Amino acid sequence: MRFGSTFKVAFRALRRNKLRSALTALGIIIGVGAVIAMVGIGNGAKAQVQAQIASLGQNVILVFSGSTTASGIRTGWGGAGTLKIEDAEAIRREVPGVIGVSEEVVSTSQVAAGNQNWFTRVLGESPDYLDIRQWPLAAGAPFTDQDVRSANKVCIIGKTTASEVFGNDDPVGQTLRIKNVPFIVTGVLTPKGLSAQGPDQDDVVIMPYTSAMKRVAGGTTLRNINVQVASAADLAPAQQQITSLLRQRHNIRGDRDDDFTVRNQQEIAEAATATADVMTGLLGAIAGVSLVVGGIGIMNIMLVSVTERTREIGTRMAVGAHGRDILTQFLIEAVSLSAVGGLLGIALGVSASKVLSAVKHWPSLISPMSILVAFLVSAAVGIFFGFYPARTAASLDPIDALRYE
Amino acid sequence: MNAPVVQLIDVRKTYRSGEMEVHAVRGVSLEIHRGEFVALMGSSGSGKSTLMNILGCLDRPSAGRYLLDGTDVSQLNRDQLADIRNGKLGFVFQSFNLLPRTSARENVELPLLYGARNLTGQELRAKADHVLSSVGLEGREDHHPSQLSGGQQQRVAIARALINEPEVLLADEPTGNLDSRTSIEIMGIFQELNDRGITVIMVTHEPDIASFAQRNVVMRDGLVRSDRPVTLRATAADELLKMVSVDQLAALES
Repeated sequence: MRFGSTFKVAFRALRRNKLRSALTALGIIIGVGAVIAMVGIGNGAKAQVQAQIASLGQNVILVFSGSTTASGIRTGWGGAGTLKIEDAEAIRREVPGVIGVSEEVVSTSQVAAGNQNWFTRVLGESPDYLDIRQWPLAAGAPFTDQDVRSANKVCIIGKTTASEVFGNDDPVGQTLRIKNVPFIVTGVLTPKGLSAQGPDQDDVVIMPYTSAMKRVAGGTTLRNINVQVASAADLAPAQQQITSLLRQRHNIRGDRDDDFTVRNQQEIAEAATATADVMTGLLGAIAGVSLVVGGIGIMNIMLVSVTERTREIGTRMAVGAHGRDILTQFLIEAVSLSAVGGLLGIALGVSASKVLSAVKHWPSLISPMSILVAFLVSAAVGIFFGFYPARTAASLDPIDALRYE
Repeated sequence: MNAPVVQLIDVRKTYRSGEMEVHAVRGVSLEIHRGEFVALMGSSGSGKSTLMNILGCLDRPSAGRYLLDGTDVSQLNRDQLADIRNGKLGFVFQSFNLLPRTSARENVELPLLYGARNLTGQELRAKADHVLSSVGLEGREDHHPSQLSGGQQQRVAIARALINEPEVLLADEPTGNLDSRTSIEIMGIFQELNDRGITVIMVTHEPDIASFAQRNVVMRDGLVRSDRPVTLRATAADELLKMVSVDQLAALES
């Protein structure tokens, strides 16, 4: 019935202490702002990781060569050179559900054209590679199976390499010298952006794996084999078949360890998103602590306010305020502080994450849901931390309150 | 036919502090009729403040009955008492008890905000300004208490007490924090209100302030010691005149 005038009373009281109200709300502003920004950045990172994993291609199985130890130095996956071209061909031939196989050789090299040169990654692949990675060409044509068979001196290049080496010129048809071997550029890839691990995926030269083995990397073994199967349901059986096929081909018997590793896209994706989830959780928890601190700030100020305004409360009761009116007034004061703080905090959080993604290039993803939750949480913080001081105020005895010095 | 507006029937109040029982009021019966101006006197510990709290519906008697305007308020609960205080009583305190950093107008509006009627901002403002001008504070509606003198602050408090047109105006040492000239001015306002028919009950320990009332009730040890009409009643206008002549005398002498 007199909720309206209680609002009026509460707002008048807040207005009387503008600086204090603003400082109290600041705790919530920072708390909510931090939660919004941190969770936004965490979610942005997660979305980016997911997008990048999806950009590796769908239903992909990666087979890595094993590692080797020489003089105590372990080489990491692919170092042992246990995967042979024949292994890839066997997979292509014998594992059901496989729709694409790309033999991969990786090296780095200085590349040059005209008077420009550039240090980049050189990948040897099969023509299936572009389909597996879902990576279309922006211009020109891919290399062919014939190029692979003949180890032709052809290559396609990523966007970054193209602009670093050829500037604004059209690279298609031009010559790129790699280790003093002239390669003809047949195509330029569409940009793909940064990978989940950080490197620029467009800073690359891709050529037939045979050419890479013969003319750039040397050696006759593969670092890994990219396998694509027709559907997600084929992943597990295909993975199993590849494992047993390679164990058989590599003569690994009984309980001896594999000299290769088979991973599928989902496993990599799950690991990466789990990491991102942990990060989001941690960031959110740290930010949540500041929100709780902000709430305690509200409680602290409201308690001080109740003590300081004891005479005022007594006067209000003397002129007819019910305990409930006092309770509502102090609750409204607390909730107004936290709700206004919440709204400003949302604005701060959104702009902070925008600034961070603009300046630091951190992706951020702020969902309407997280905004709604942040607002409701801040209002709830006001109710939770405002209730105790409000009840203290409402239960004061009017006579004692009037005489309070 | 003229029923008393305040009727106390053997009212007692006992406080318990630890093992001790303190009998603050030990059986007071008192009738105050509409239009009376009563000064409640007594030294500290006489029970006058306790009695005032009961009269002001801030406290309930431990025993006995209190009829205010015909209704028994001795057994009402907290909220019901609050509504009685809001509608039928007006309070004036020794230390004014105005809300700090709040304009005179908003201070005066306060009881309206807790009243049964929901008034618009404009109605609140009009009522407050009207009452403020009736206590001589026209033009000071937007002043904060810190910008007003003690006498002016007490006028704001009186305006606040009057805004709900109460049956009884209760004043607890209303001149305790004021100099003698301002005290007389405030008594002048009380007498003026009393002439308009408002019942005034005032606690004071100063006999010359009590002489502005029509009736003096003196308490001691929780009982009414004496209750008699004021024979030589002071009026504010006369007292102010006297003060002026004393001032002039002093000026002439120097």
